[in-house]
Amino acid sequence: MKPSTIKSRPLYGTLAPVPQATQHIAIVEGEGALALADAFAGHEALRRTIILFSPIAHRADHDQTAVLTSLSCEALHLASNVQELLGTLVTILSTATMGTRLYVSGSEDFIGRVTSEALRQGIEMDAIQTEHRGAPTRRVQCVHCKGFIDGVSASPALCPHCGLHLLVRDHYSRRLGAFMGVSIDAESPGDLPPPEAFGA
Amino acid sequence: MSGGVQFPVRVAEIEAVSPAVKRLRLERHDGPSLPPYSAGSHTVLTLEARTLEGGTRRIRNAYSLLGTTLGGGPAYEIAVLRSPQSRGGSVFIHDQLAIGATLSMSAPVNLFPLHRTARRHVLVAGGIGITPIAAMARELAAAGQPFELHYAMRDEASGAFAAELAALYGPAMRLYVSQRQERIAVRDILAHQPVGTHLYVCGPERMIDGILGDARIAGWPDSALHAERFLAPEGGEPFAVKLARSGIATLVGEHQTLLEAIEAAGVDAPYLCRGGACGQCETPIVSADGTLLHADHFLTDDQKACGKTIMTCVSRLRGRELVLDL
Amino acid sequence: MTLSFHAETFRDDYTFANSPAAIRAFPFPFDRDAYMYTVNIEQHVPGPVQSATEFPIHIDEHYVAEMRDRAITLAEDPLRCQSLPHMMTAEWDLLELLMTSMATHYPAHFTLSRDGDRWHWINRPMDVDQTFTFGDVSTLPQGPMEYVTRQCQGDFCLLDQREDNLWMDAGMVTSQADWSLDFDLGMNFMEWHAPVPLAHDLGVFERALKFLLNLQHGCPVRRLNWTMTINPRLDTSPENYHRWGIDKASVTPENVGDKVHLRVELQALWRLPRSNAIVFSIRGYLIKMDELVTQKKWARRFHRVLASLPQPIADYKGLGRFRDTTVAWLSRHDDGLPTSPGFAPD
Repeated sequence: MKPSTIKSRPLYGTLAPVPQATQHIAIVEGEGALALADAFAGHEALRRTIILFSPIAHRADHDQTAVLTSLSCEALHLASNVQELLGTLVTILSTATMGTRLYVSGSEDFIGRVTSEALRQGIEMDAIQTEHRGAPTRRVQCVHCKGFIDGVSASPALCPHCGLHLLVRDHYSRRLGAFMGVSIDAESPGDLPPPEAFGA
Repeated sequence: MSGGVQFPVRVAEIEAVSPAVKRLRLERHDGPSLPPYSAGSHTVLTLEARTLEGGTRRIRNAYSLLGTTLGGGPAYEIAVLRSPQSRGGSVFIHDQLAIGATLSMSAPVNLFPLHRTARRHVLVAGGIGITPIAAMARELAAAGQPFELHYAMRDEASGAFAAELAALYGPAMRLYVSQRQERIAVRDILAHQPVGTHLYVCGPERMIDGILGDARIAGWPDSALHAERFLAPEGGEPFAVKLARSGIATLVGEHQTLLEAIEAAGVDAPYLCRGGACGQCETPIVSADGTLLHADHFLTDDQKACGKTIMTCVSRLRGRELVLDL
Repeated sequence: MTLSFHAETFRDDYTFANSPAAIRAFPFPFDRDAYMYTVNIEQHVPGPVQSATEFPIHIDEHYVAEMRDRAITLAEDPLRCQSLPHMMTAEWDLLELLMTSMATHYPAHFTLSRDGDRWHWINRPMDVDQTFTFGDVSTLPQGPMEYVTRQCQGDFCLLDQREDNLWMDAGMVTSQADWSLDFDLGMNFMEWHAPVPLAHDLGVFERALKFLLNLQHGCPVRRLNWTMTINPRLDTSPENYHRWGIDKASVTPENVGDKVHLRVELQALWRLPRSNAIVFSIRGYLIKMDELVTQKKWARRFHRVLASLPQPIADYKGLGRFRDTTVAWLSRHDDGLPTSPGFAPD
């Protein structure tokens, strides 16, 4: 991945268990399960690891579920969607202690949503590791109507809430877990460049 | 001037709060009231100490401001530990400073602030380190924020403010007297803190390193760990200093800091904390005939190794001459 | 000083205009004939009489109209004013700073009486008479930041200091140059400056941040920033860009003098006492080209600055659609003579 030249864009790394952590919580989606397996397989940290997994809906991520089951961690929660997964995360964090480390992997929009929720629950940014796996889709907030758009794969993108065509700026908010979308044709209505897909 | 706004003050009260600690109340005497400040702030006092030869020597020392005057007003309060190994500031305050004396005091600066997004605060003090820590407890209590306070001291008599803190905070406060073989059970304290807790330590260097080390072993992230690492600058071998831009040459005495020598030569050099923490006095080096003794907590190890700059408030040269771009 | 306030608008019929005195007081931001980013920070000390920097907080003839425009913007979009929960102490610090400064320097218009925590605030131009308890939110109609900034010209951001960084955790932003408080809320100094081109590579933000982390109470600093706006519109927010962006396409050689405005921000930063936060104030000034060229030196210099501006900066400031037209128009007011040093008009 080419390093972003935009300073607010998150940089993703490679998951690696923090040996001192008293509790590991891994929150993964789709192919993120493989990033987790790469980092944790055979590691003694698994005994203190809770895994929250959300398979991608339109695919049958059986293999990935099997991979996670085979890790024999402390607990494995399967969620049917991201919303449910975030609910489980909030419940777990409500009684978590300071030695807790988070590991997040999946698409860019998934990482954004999980990180933003974890920060809201009081987790420090440097207690969260992230690794990007899967589609380079982004979560975008329309700056005009404030609606969120998940899984955006190209810019410009149509805002399904207000109907404006949005340029997806490389400006990212950790609090919102989203990139900014701003009208692309405000200065010349209808003048739309062809959509350009996001690179990984 | 370099240290920012200065207030002229008069010593209004001196009280021995333990055999080695005096509380000073410093009243502004030119009219307007002093501004409020945040817990963890310090002030820099300018003292004109008498020397054995009968002259005076200007000493500037940083002291944490007490929680009693957080709201500002007519006066600020500090507590000073008598430390005979120091370069004379605290001994001067203990032995010579009297009620009615006038001094100059800088506007508050906070290099050890409370982390305002934290959900809970664990405060740990050793000895005189209680001064900023007690101010934090006071601010948190007033704001209704959850905290716990751990205060370690050598013996009961040396624990300044211990009784009043115990009365104020009851079960949120614990004392540890090493003479009674009581030790802070750091690991137990750290083990059960909920997510969102921040840790603050002020005390001797070894205590700070030990507690922060324990916190890291317990898996705490660095951003939740805070320490006041004020250094009382130490003396050392004398050396020559030349200021390339102003052409001034002078000598740094064995009980003097580099910054004090520069000031004594009449140059208004930048500073804020005078304890190696803030970075304000970072000064470019033109050449150094000798070994740089970096003592600050601001420059990275790499920056110290490459020797391009020096923090004049705490660092010095072992050698013949240092030439600064000043 | 007694001011007379204009009845004027910053939207719809755009009746905003500067008096000759306001033109002379305009904080023209160029002291040479070319522009590049610098860390142009200086002490915020009193400037010349009747200039924008005469007092720490500048109130001028546009005060009442600007406050009315802010109220309209807030009614349409309350997210222009936001504060994260840990910023309440900083909000009170800000209220104290603004009220004391306004009452001290404009006693004909504002009065503040303090009796311990009991404060009495009178704002005559806005017909406000409020008694409240300092530190007790329930005694004000809004939070302290919103209350006082509905009555003070300029946008305000409150920056929390932690982890050797500054965090934009509260603000009142209704007259911004195309950035969104709602989006940037909670960001650190590097993050919210992320979209600015070139300056990161020059190390401008690293140096500025290091400087600001040691900003001292009682020693505020300021800098000037600038952009250009079509029509005297205060609310050039991203939120409403789909409404005002089209104005950029409306500039013609015939209407440059009336439509094209230089927009200058007098940015000031103060350390706040109780919270250790920093207030970042962004006081905006607008001047249309017809007004600007009444000062010969400014006409010559602005023509040269605009003509030589590096393209990435022009793009970032959003000048693309009207820069050439404006440069051509300004060239008629530039006789090629040298300009005198400094910002002030001749």
